[in-house]
Parts: sequence; C-alpha cells; structure tokens
Amino acid sequence: MKYVTEYRDAALVKNVIEEIRRTVTRPWTLMEICGGQTHAIVRHGIDQLLPPEIELVHGPGCPVCVTPLELIDKALAIASQPNVIFCSYGDMLRVPGSGRDLFSVKAQGGDVRVVYSPLDAVALAEKNPDKQVVFFAIGFETTAPPNVMSVLQAQRLGLKNYSVLVSHVRVPPAMKAILGSPHNRVQGFLLAGHVNAVMGYHEYPPFLEEFQIPMVVTGFEPLDIVQGILMTVQLLEAGKIEIGNAYSRAVTFEGLKPAQDTIHKVFMECDRTWRGIGEIPMSGWCLRPEFDEFNAEKRFNVGDIHTKESPLCIAGQILQGLKKPHDCPAFGKECTTENPLGATMVSSEGACAAYYKYGR
Amino acid sequence: MSESTINIEGAVCAPPLTHNEQIVMGHGAGGRMSHQLIQKAFMSAFDNPALRAGDDAARIESNLHANLAISTDAHVVFPLFFPGGDIGKLAVCGTVNDVAMLGAKPLYLTAGFILEEGLSMETLKQVVASMKSAADEAGVQIVAGDTKVVQKGKADGLYITTAGVGVVREGVTISGANAKAGDAVILSGSIGDHGIAVLAARGELGFQSSLQSDVAPLNHLIDAMMNASSNVHVLRDPTRGGLATTLNEIAAQSNVGILLNEETLPVHPEVAAACEMLGFDPLYVANEGKLVTMVAREDAEKVLSAMRATKYGEGAVIIGEVTAEPRGRVLLKTALGSTRIVDMLAGEMLPRIC
Repeated sequence: MKYVTEYRDAALVKNVIEEIRRTVTRPWTLMEICGGQTHAIVRHGIDQLLPPEIELVHGPGCPVCVTPLELIDKALAIASQPNVIFCSYGDMLRVPGSGRDLFSVKAQGGDVRVVYSPLDAVALAEKNPDKQVVFFAIGFETTAPPNVMSVLQAQRLGLKNYSVLVSHVRVPPAMKAILGSPHNRVQGFLLAGHVNAVMGYHEYPPFLEEFQIPMVVTGFEPLDIVQGILMTVQLLEAGKIEIGNAYSRAVTFEGLKPAQDTIHKVFMECDRTWRGIGEIPMSGWCLRPEFDEFNAEKRFNVGDIHTKESPLCIAGQILQGLKKPHDCPAFGKECTTENPLGATMVSSEGACAAYYKYGR
Repeated sequence: MSESTINIEGAVCAPPLTHNEQIVMGHGAGGRMSHQLIQKAFMSAFDNPALRAGDDAARIESNLHANLAISTDAHVVFPLFFPGGDIGKLAVCGTVNDVAMLGAKPLYLTAGFILEEGLSMETLKQVVASMKSAADEAGVQIVAGDTKVVQKGKADGLYITTAGVGVVREGVTISGANAKAGDAVILSGSIGDHGIAVLAARGELGFQSSLQSDVAPLNHLIDAMMNASSNVHVLRDPTRGGLATTLNEIAAQSNVGILLNEETLPVHPEVAAACEMLGFDPLYVANEGKLVTMVAREDAEKVLSAMRATKYGEGAVIIGEVTAEPRGRVLLKTALGSTRIVDMLAGEMLPRIC
C-alpha cells in the first residue's frame, strides 16, 4: 500500500462525492482548520467537485500565517547578530516582518539556514561550539514533539549554545474563539488530522456540548478529505452532534501519550497572539521556566521589540473564515506571492497563497 | 677550537614548489604557472586545432550562409559531483542543449573556469575529463577558455561559465513564441530527477536514494525529432524552476494557454516519494536532461515514436495540449477531473512545513 496512490484514486473519490451529493438536502458551511488540508483541497480542486450546497471556509491552520509580526521581528533581530546560526523551517524565510524577512537578513550576511528537523539544528550546535544556534520553533501541536525533543536532546548533550524561539499555537483554543465569535457561520468542523495524530481527539467532547456542532477527524489525501466531508454532512443531515474519525489509520482517541507527556514536560500553556486575530488566552505553548536556558527570547536581548500589522491586509478575517482571499481588495494586486502583505500569502499553507497559486 | 656546524658546501638554493596537488593563487597570475596549468589540465584534454593554435580567440573556418544560435551559461552547482554527473558534464550539456533548443546543430563551446584556491588537481582533472566525454558524445569541440583563481572561500571549489555556438537548420524557426492552439505538448521523460539527486548528494534528504541526475546532451534526440517532422514549433529544456516555470514562459511568449493532463505526467516513484516527504512539487524541481516540445497535432505520433526510439527520449509521453484560451495561463486537469492553475515558481522553492 503506497497510500499516495490508493488515497488519490479518482474512482473512489468520485464515489464518495456522489454519496455526498445524495446525502445533502440543504446548504452547509464547513471549516477545515489545517493549512495542509486547505492546500490539498485547492490543489486537487476538490471544492470544484463538491455539490454547491457545501461551502468550505478555511480556518487559521497555518502556523506560519499566525506567527505574530512581533515574533518575526524578534527572529530577524536574533538572526542579524554575528555568531548566530539561525535555523528555521523553509516557509518562515519568506514571511515579512516590519520591512525585512529572513531572506534579507541572509543576503546581508546573517547565517540563516533551512533545516528539515530541529534535530539538525542541535547537530549544528554540537558542530559549532563557538556559535549560538537558534531554532525557530513554530507550529501547531504537530511539530511540538520534535521541537521539544530538540530541547531535551540539547540538555542531554550539555549544549550551552542551543536555544529555541518558540511560537507554538494550539488548535482547541482557536476553534473555541472561532465558534464562539458572534459572526460565526461554521456548522461542521473538519479536525486537523496530524494535530490529532499527536494529541488524539479527547479534548473535543466538551466542544460538542458548548457549541453543538459535529466534528470529524480528517486526513490530507483527496479521499481522506471527501470522506471527512461526507461523515460531517451525514452527521449534520441527521442532526447528530458527535465526533467522527475519518483518519483512523493515523489517529486514535487518546493520541500518542509519550509525545503528549514529553510536550507537557517541556512546554506549558500560555497566552499567544495570533497574527490577524489578536490574543487568544492560553492558546500557545511556551517553554517552562526550568528550560529558561534554552529560551532564545531570554538569551538574546529582544524584549523591547513591539510591532503591528499592515492595515491593507485582511489576513485576520480570512484566517477566521469570515472572508475569502478573493474578497480582499489587495489580492492579486498589491498582494501576490512575490510581494506578500500578510502571512496568508507568504506561506504555501496560507489560504491566499493557495488561491493565488491554484485558483486565480 | 670548537667543531663547526657550518656546511659551506651544502645546497643553498630554495626553488619554489611546483604545486602539483592543488590550485594556488599563482595558477591564476597569468605567468608560467598559469601556462603549465592550462597545458596540463585543459589543453591536453580538450585538444583540437583551434586550441593548439594558441591565440586569444579561436579561428573557425566557415563557408556558412546560415543563421547562428549562441547561448551562455554559468554553473555553480554544489556539490561538484552528484549521482549521475558533475559540474563539468552539466556545463557542457547545459549549453549544448540551449543551442539545440533553437533547432540548431551545436558546434563549438567556450569554457571559463573560476578556481578556488585549494581545489585539488585531481578534482579538476576529473571535471575536465567529464567535460571532454560529454563534448564527444554531443559532437562539439571546446575551442576557447579562460582560467582565474580566487581566494579560498570565494568559489565553492569551482565555477564554470560556458558559451556555445551552433548553426540553425535551414528554414527552421523554432521558438517559444511559436506554439499554436491545438499543438500537442510532448515531454521527453520523467521530471524532477536532477533536483532530487542533487539534494540527496548534499545529504539534505535524510534518507538514501538511488536516484541519478538526468543530465544529458539532447541534440541528437532533437535531430531525430526534426527528421521526423517539420512541424516542431517549440523546444525548451526545463531546468531551474521546473517544467511548470518553462511552460508558463512559453504560454506567455506565444500568448496561448496550455492544458496539462495530471495523469500523464511521468514522475519516477522515488522522486514522487522524496517530494511528498519534503513538501516539494515535481513540477517545480530542476531537470537537466529533458525537453518539452510543442508539435502540430497531426505530427504528434510521428515525433513521439522518433523520440522513443532515440537515446534520452525513451520515456517520451504526450502530456497535454496548447489551447487558445486562457492566454498566458497553464492549467492542469487533475486525476479527479477538476482543473487548477499551474503557476510559475515564485522565488526560492521552499519545503512545506506540515
């Protein structure tokens, strides 16, 4: 089983879409909250194939997009310092801070490197004892296990030159903020499959109570996505407020307990600002005080950096699913993938970038 | 009287070392060391009448009443050696192919070398031997060159610039501006091989791969195609930026649309797997031994057969068609039946995070 072939099988996908068509009797608005799912939907044109009654809105599921401007500016300040090797996942290099991005810092001599894993950054710290190695630890719950592992590994190795700049965000508080908003139109939720692979979905039953909307754990291949949509629509049509799992090959109710334990050992919940949305209480993860020595914000003098976003960019409303990229006056004009105004255009997971790239 | 430690008959002269093992600054100074390097490393390998004449420029006898095709390239690939090729082979094939894409017969190449201080002679010899081998396969001569040496840290070992000259076939105007609505779009083989092979060679993949770069000279393949049909409208080799970027360039140049069929795109399973894991799209990954062509529909099968019977064209396949609308756009019909845009690569190709 190659997964890529079976879960992209056109005939199977068409069958599920037919089933959705047969099931639906009225309009429904569904939200997916994972950037990877948004990307997959637009790339495979799944939204084109669904019956017109189903509207998909895209939630703030792109960790790159939601990293606050202030934290980007702190990253730029740290990366600009001599003797720093600043390591990051690729997408972050293009995110605009106040006037610059990591590419600009690199062009001016900053040592900025793309890594595929934070453990590569730890290896760099080992190999370069006279440099400070900083890893830009962004992400949802999905990237938290490797990010915390890198801190524990650095600790185990007794490294004094490794630190992380943390900007982790958590899905459940974001969902609460969206569903609790007076403008909310979302009636069904496609849960972020890989977040759930780590965390399980035991955090969501209280949401059913509070918000009375069905949710289905959904994967990323076309078949996974339409299956998740079908299950959600079936629940909606039957008036059932339940959680379904359309990604059971990767996700269990409990999730991965060792990963969760390791995360909680290193991280604690804290308030977090989401670019374009504002501060959502207890929606982030920060390093626990006992890991202060690995906290880049404490190691480098970046405490007095405070910045705000561009007024033209409506990324905030897009991230909340209130507007679509086409609704933005700057979309495709002042704001393109070459000249992104906001993070939803920068990141390949961002809704604006997905629409600009695949759906103009 | 104490014993003397002076030896008045000993050797007193300190002749400079000959530096046979590695490049040093003196090799770039233009004096005897430079001459010796050029003789030993380049002249003996590339040997031909133009080079042997030893003048500042190559004198090429010509009684041609023909149009010329001229191209130039700079090669900065790192690492210098990767599975399936090296910077030397890349340099020769790159320029041979660019000239051939105009429907021209490539004849002569020049090669400029920027050598980093400390580069081993052995490495240089291997690169030059590789260039000679590629040039022989393509049937071209390297008739002029230049050598400079820069300080350590300024050249990643070695940079090469090449220029190439060829003669355009009579009556032929092949150009990115000549695609016509209705033309078949044919690709000579699998995409993404070179880019992924180089990533693997850099140790960035984090896993083993048996993938080889597809770097190859394509001029003989093009000869076979042009012998099969006089209705080859466009030829282009999709290098950096991948097939997607090349097709966008052609769509803009010809002011046409291009519709691709996702199911027909040839991607090696290892390339597909590496791309899935790293978050790349094979449509944007570099190739160095592939071409895409637009051919009048009625000649598509003939050209396809000719390609499949020729080295480097065995995997040729029709991947789509040229359309009148939407002008300047490349669209893709997905395996699911939906249609989406295939954009040009924006900036650097960055791996996706989640």
